Amino acid sequence: MILQRDGARESRLTGFARLLRWAHVDPPLLFGLVAIILFATIVLYSATGESLPLMRAHVGKVAVAFAALLFTANLDPVWMRRGAPFLYAGGVALLVLVLFTGDIAKGGQRWLDFGIRFQPSEILKLAVPLTLAGLMHERPLPPSFPMILLGLAIIAVPAGLIAVQPDLGTAVLIVLTGTTAIFLCGIGWRYIAGAAIAALAALPALWYVMHDYQRKRVLTLLDPQSDPLGAGYHIIQSKIAIGSGGFFGKGWLNGSQGQLEFLPERSTDFVFAVVAEEWGLMGAVALVSLYLFVVGRGTFIALTAPDTFTRMLAGTFTITFFFYVFINSAMVMGLLPVVGVPLPLVSTGGTSMVTLLAGFGILMSIQTHRKLGDAVRR
Amino acid sequence: MMANDARIKDHWAEQRMFLARMIIAGILMAALTVVILTRLVQLQLVQYDYFSTQSQGNRIRLQPVVPTRGLILDRNGNVLAENRPSFALELVPEQVPDLEDTLARLRDIGLVNDEALAETREEIRQHRRFDAISVRDRLSDEEVARFAVNRPWFEGVEIKARLSRHYPHGQALAHALGYVGGISADDQKEIDEAEYAGTSHIGKVSVERSFEPELHGVSGQEQVVVNARGRSLDTLDRTAAQHGADVVLGIDLDAQLAAWQALEGRRGAAVAIDPATGEILVFVSTPAFDPNALSAGLSRKAYNALLEDIDKPMFNRALRGTYPPGSTIKPMVALAALQTRVKGPTDRIACRGYYQIPGNRHRYRDWKPEGHGAVDMIGSIEQSCDVYYYSIARDIGIERLSASLKRFGLGAATGLDMPGEKGGVVPSPEWKRAAFSKAANQVWFPGETVITGIGQGFMLVTPLQLAHATATIASRGKRYRPTMLHALRDPVSGRTTPLTPEALPGVNVDVEGGWDTIIEGMHAVMHGPRGTARAVGRTAAFQMAGKSGTAQVFTVAQNQKYRAVDVAERLRDHALFVAFGPLEDPKIAVAIIVENGESGSRVAGPIARRIMEAYLRVPAA
Repeated sequence: MILQRDGARESRLTGFARLLRWAHVDPPLLFGLVAIILFATIVLYSATGESLPLMRAHVGKVAVAFAALLFTANLDPVWMRRGAPFLYAGGVALLVLVLFTGDIAKGGQRWLDFGIRFQPSEILKLAVPLTLAGLMHERPLPPSFPMILLGLAIIAVPAGLIAVQPDLGTAVLIVLTGTTAIFLCGIGWRYIAGAAIAALAALPALWYVMHDYQRKRVLTLLDPQSDPLGAGYHIIQSKIAIGSGGFFGKGWLNGSQGQLEFLPERSTDFVFAVVAEEWGLMGAVALVSLYLFVVGRGTFIALTAPDTFTRMLAGTFTITFFFYVFINSAMVMGLLPVVGVPLPLVSTGGTSMVTLLAGFGILMSIQTHRKLGDAVRR
Repeated sequence: MMANDARIKDHWAEQRMFLARMIIAGILMAALTVVILTRLVQLQLVQYDYFSTQSQGNRIRLQPVVPTRGLILDRNGNVLAENRPSFALELVPEQVPDLEDTLARLRDIGLVNDEALAETREEIRQHRRFDAISVRDRLSDEEVARFAVNRPWFEGVEIKARLSRHYPHGQALAHALGYVGGISADDQKEIDEAEYAGTSHIGKVSVERSFEPELHGVSGQEQVVVNARGRSLDTLDRTAAQHGADVVLGIDLDAQLAAWQALEGRRGAAVAIDPATGEILVFVSTPAFDPNALSAGLSRKAYNALLEDIDKPMFNRALRGTYPPGSTIKPMVALAALQTRVKGPTDRIACRGYYQIPGNRHRYRDWKPEGHGAVDMIGSIEQSCDVYYYSIARDIGIERLSASLKRFGLGAATGLDMPGEKGGVVPSPEWKRAAFSKAANQVWFPGETVITGIGQGFMLVTPLQLAHATATIASRGKRYRPTMLHALRDPVSGRTTPLTPEALPGVNVDVEGGWDTIIEGMHAVMHGPRGTARAVGRTAAFQMAGKSGTAQVFTVAQNQKYRAVDVAERLRDHALFVAFGPLEDPKIAVAIIVENGESGSRVAGPIARRIMEAYLRVPAA
């Protein structure tokens, strides 16, 4: 913003910085994302067993994801706000479609095949916060009780559809995203306390509706050794991988747990264990630090955003992104049950990379589409 | 939308509220970050040693290095059991594009049959996809060629060379050597499982069994890096296996083959012993089995057929067959008479063709109905006069007679280094009391002493015991424990460790000329004018001593002529013969039993001579 107002400095900008500005790209955020993705690429080369076809697919996906980032970064937030309900409606429609026609992968119906396969649930990761932020933008805050109910319904419909696929991980993330948005819009503490009590009360009911394999994952978390070759296998092997990495790690391409395939899902959900095994505590902390840098920049953008819609959107994305990182790493380290949440920007597979960068494009759009009047309002 | 909210938006208040919420969220995120970092430190620093060990245990596996089984050789270095490369058909399921189709085509070109195919499918189901599965063992050259021609159409199927046990002389040494087979549940109880982790076959009977530890060797170990599915990727460390020792047997191949050829087609046994050491020179039991087929693995059906064969080819007659010794024990009974001073060498007994216990009308008949006339001890052996032995047996008394026979090792396992030896029976009143439960059966009758004198009645011995007793006569009372083993040979250095003969309590005779008398009697059997086996001895190139025997399979009723032609073949008398030679310096003592062979001297005698000639390298007349 300083740069925007200081004409003298502006003229001294390098060509590259000018290009970034023209493209509505936020340089610090770009730096954080590129650093994570570069590190991820190095890690994945090892975690995929030096598989060139998988690496090509990864690089292709990164390219598509950056294209998505550039696209959303150049969308004016006003248009996002107006388009949000349509995106939401379209996403829900696709989810319904998946229930009837989706491809089956890894025991759940999650995929649609339109030439390229993709998971409609990814759309909702963006559509839900966009819709909620747009809704709150038009009303005075904190929201009234009917508004809260409407917000919850907006969350519940897609979360329910995703949960029955069944894709518990994504459903949890959608609920988390929506709850974050509602939290940020300033609902009273009595609602929050009420919701917390209700949630605790609902736990037994949740247990009842869970699939057997999901219950097993929860039980396994409590005692992995109860079934070391079955449900506990993932967690035990993952902890061995992380613990045996030590401070300096076993070195790139040298993690025996990952390379010899003791670690399941090593390039997808459990890639954090590969990082910790091969790069040690240093590598894991470095990766966490990069994530925190991105989260910090996102928080800054949220705090300096000009209006309720952009503020809520930026805040929700940033906090949700942090939760992605937390849930995945806590799961890999045996602190949370194994739910299918990938490590953002690092895990291969799925379409989450595209969604995530599209989300960060939205953050960049918020940061780069400020009007002069916004600064005054702030 | 639907809510009719009367308030108006206060942007400043909303921004402050948002800031407050972001601060709360920031605190939460900071706390969760601390959780992640704490957990990382706990796993990677605090518990590093524990997880590091676990990780090593995951990736390194110990694999056995299988030792090569030792050879079995005869006393002259001829190979009796060896390991031959054989060709097996193996397939690796994960490398085969269409498993069912491949198996079907293997059957079409005649390499496997349907029965084997079912077993193969089961094997494939039980193993990991990258494990090689054996589809067929021991392919013939022709089958190897047939597969080679079709190889391009059998991806994932390969011909593998491996070592399998081979017995070049097949059935001739089957009962001496035994065979090897898959490790059964019973075998597992007797072995150190770690030692046999990589071994597929184990000695089942006879020498292959008794020298299993020596033949097997010591398993080595290999440290390999494995992946999660157990596929080995790299070798870190290797301790070589110690190959099994070569077992050199006392067996003399020439004599063994001569015995086998002489007995083939009959039911019987031949055992020869070196009187100076106790080493077994010949060990034959017929009929036998094909040890090569058994080691390769028989189908259940074929194996059951072997077990149920009426001639019992799996039965080791030399070791476990017990027979009445008949007249072959007469020299030992004579020696007992000398030792107990019942009879002197020149004392005569008149033989009228039968013997009667004083005060009893029952006639114990001589084999020669008209009688032998007056015979002394040498003559009684030469002509095998039954009456002489009926008489002295009664005079010696059953207690002293049975004690005397036992001193020759009869009626008890000799302690041969081969598992499963049978003991046999030398009867006595004491034995009878223990053997029978009914009081009426426990009484010892005088008549039973009489028939014990000619080796009939309850007495049962194995061919091995008979050969051992004959060797004891040949060495004039010195006894050595019979052994199959001659020496152990280190397969690497070639150094041999000979076995030292183990002396057993001998047979002492304190009567002047005692041994000379009975040996002269046995010499007369072969070379005397009235010798029962003079036809055998007449043309021999060296002097030998022997004794024929005929064991009744069933009892002929009083006053009834025994006519062989009337009796079914399996009810005919067993033919026995014991012999040693050369007379002056005995090198070999043999015992032959031909089941239902009828005549010891005519059927078993020539076999004994042929064995001795083969061993002494004397050309057969």
